[in-house]
Amino acid sequence: MSEPVISIRGLRKSYDELEAVKGIDLEVFPEEIFAVLGPNGAGKTTTVEILEGYRDRDGGEVSVLGLDPARPTAAWRERIGIVLQTTTLEPALTVRESLQQYAGYYRNPRDVDDVIALVGLEDQSGTRARKLSGGQQRRLDVGIALVGDPDLLFLDEPTTGFDPSARRQAWEMVAGLRDLGKTVLLTTHYMEEAQFLADRVGIISEGEIVALDHPENLGDRRRLPTTISFTVPAGTDLSGLEGVGQTLSNHDQEGGSQAVSVSTHEAVSDLNRITAWAIERQVEIDQLEVRRPSLEDVYLELTES
Amino acid sequence: MRPVSLALHEFRFAQKVFWRNPASVFFTALLPVLFLLIFATIFGDDTIKDLDGVKVTTYYIPAIVTLAVISATMVNLAMNVTIAREEGLLKRGRGTPLPPWVFIAGRVGNAIVISAIMLVVVTLIGKLLYDAPIPWDRIPAVVVTLVVGAASFCCLGLAMTVIIPSREAASAITNAITLPLYFLSGIFIPENEIPDGVLSFANHFPVRDFFEAFFTAYSPKTVGSGFEWGELAVVAIWGLAGLVIALRYFRWTPRS
Repeated sequence: MSEPVISIRGLRKSYDELEAVKGIDLEVFPEEIFAVLGPNGAGKTTTVEILEGYRDRDGGEVSVLGLDPARPTAAWRERIGIVLQTTTLEPALTVRESLQQYAGYYRNPRDVDDVIALVGLEDQSGTRARKLSGGQQRRLDVGIALVGDPDLLFLDEPTTGFDPSARRQAWEMVAGLRDLGKTVLLTTHYMEEAQFLADRVGIISEGEIVALDHPENLGDRRRLPTTISFTVPAGTDLSGLEGVGQTLSNHDQEGGSQAVSVSTHEAVSDLNRITAWAIERQVEIDQLEVRRPSLEDVYLELTES
Repeated sequence: MRPVSLALHEFRFAQKVFWRNPASVFFTALLPVLFLLIFATIFGDDTIKDLDGVKVTTYYIPAIVTLAVISATMVNLAMNVTIAREEGLLKRGRGTPLPPWVFIAGRVGNAIVISAIMLVVVTLIGKLLYDAPIPWDRIPAVVVTLVVGAASFCCLGLAMTVIIPSREAASAITNAITLPLYFLSGIFIPENEIPDGVLSFANHFPVRDFFEAFFTAYSPKTVGSGFEWGELAVVAIWGLAGLVIALRYFRWTPRS
């Protein structure tokens, strides 16, 4: 594999008594979309702002595009684009003017119209930033970060506070950056966002990376049990199901049925035992559902310890 | 000459933003003119005996020019740079290859150009409405006073951002500093109405010195070139002090 764009070893940072980052190791490779996923206060923004050259660190080695971000240079800044956690726009300038202003700071900027199309603001190009919707403002924010044609883009919680449709649009836009060959480091506290956008996800909790993998393999999902759930008529005798799964719970529901839930590591054989039991006793099983642990379950398990 | 063209680029956008901001336009461009019309109407065509019989309206021209320049520079920068800091615009600018001083230079350039425009506007209104003489013979003194004063009050405005904690506090703090000084320094009330003790107290602050320099340059009773080097030196020392504070303590990231 080629040289990493970002390489972090043993990164540490404390604020007074609080240890915000406790020794993070991480590598991000060219043209990769990497998501740092974690709850609020996990150390995401601190980590990203160290990589962006905004904050100094207490310990560890950091290299971003071959340079230590603690000593940023103008040439290095030419190659990175930054979207801060809060939307940062000059409200009195139009979309086009805002992009023109930032384009002027770079030696080889992208064409402004090209950027407007990339972030899908063609119809708003003459609209002042203050009149844009929250989602449109955020897209302009991303456009400003792209106008210098950076190799590496930082997106700090790009969709926090968005409604679902604005979030969807923002995702498609970020996914489109893959085609431009950009490397993207994004932070988020939305599971689905990391799952939708990222090639790899690092889950961060209390200043440490607790899991790092492709979204589909994350956190070794096989470690978590599968859930089999179904309903049977109220009052059904569940004897004969002892020993199915690790835990078996049941409770009466409204409408005269009883919900049963089995948590198991041997889903196939347990499912077989349940259906065999139902046929043998002529119990009517309804709403049968087998659910693998979702990424959400993994995330909650990892971050809520 | 990339830094120069970058500064001009930044200046162009600072101009756009300024003229599109109703609060900036009102407080910096319209309010001084309004003050001039009000004061000239109230105090009419009296003359001021203590100042060699200068007409009150003639007195108010350099007074309002002083006010307008301070509004365009110190007040404007203290408010707008603080707001840009709190909105994260300064932080974002730091994340680009733009040299930080260019960002400041664009805004300072804008403030100085607005000052010059206001000086011309107020002087012309004085001539047209109140027949206040344009000091053609002392233009060099007017220009030097403008440049020294505008540059110094820009530095003071940047220094003020250091003590302003939030965008909400910006207007209260700038007004608390400027309004009393305008009153004490003879900007709002002709100085012959102000006790000597108050004036000599006001002399410690740059508003009074700046006004005195403009007054001498503007007054038709002035003999000679009209330079007030002593007053200008006091203004410049204040400006330098502001610059030192700004260079040492200026922050680019939001405080709140």
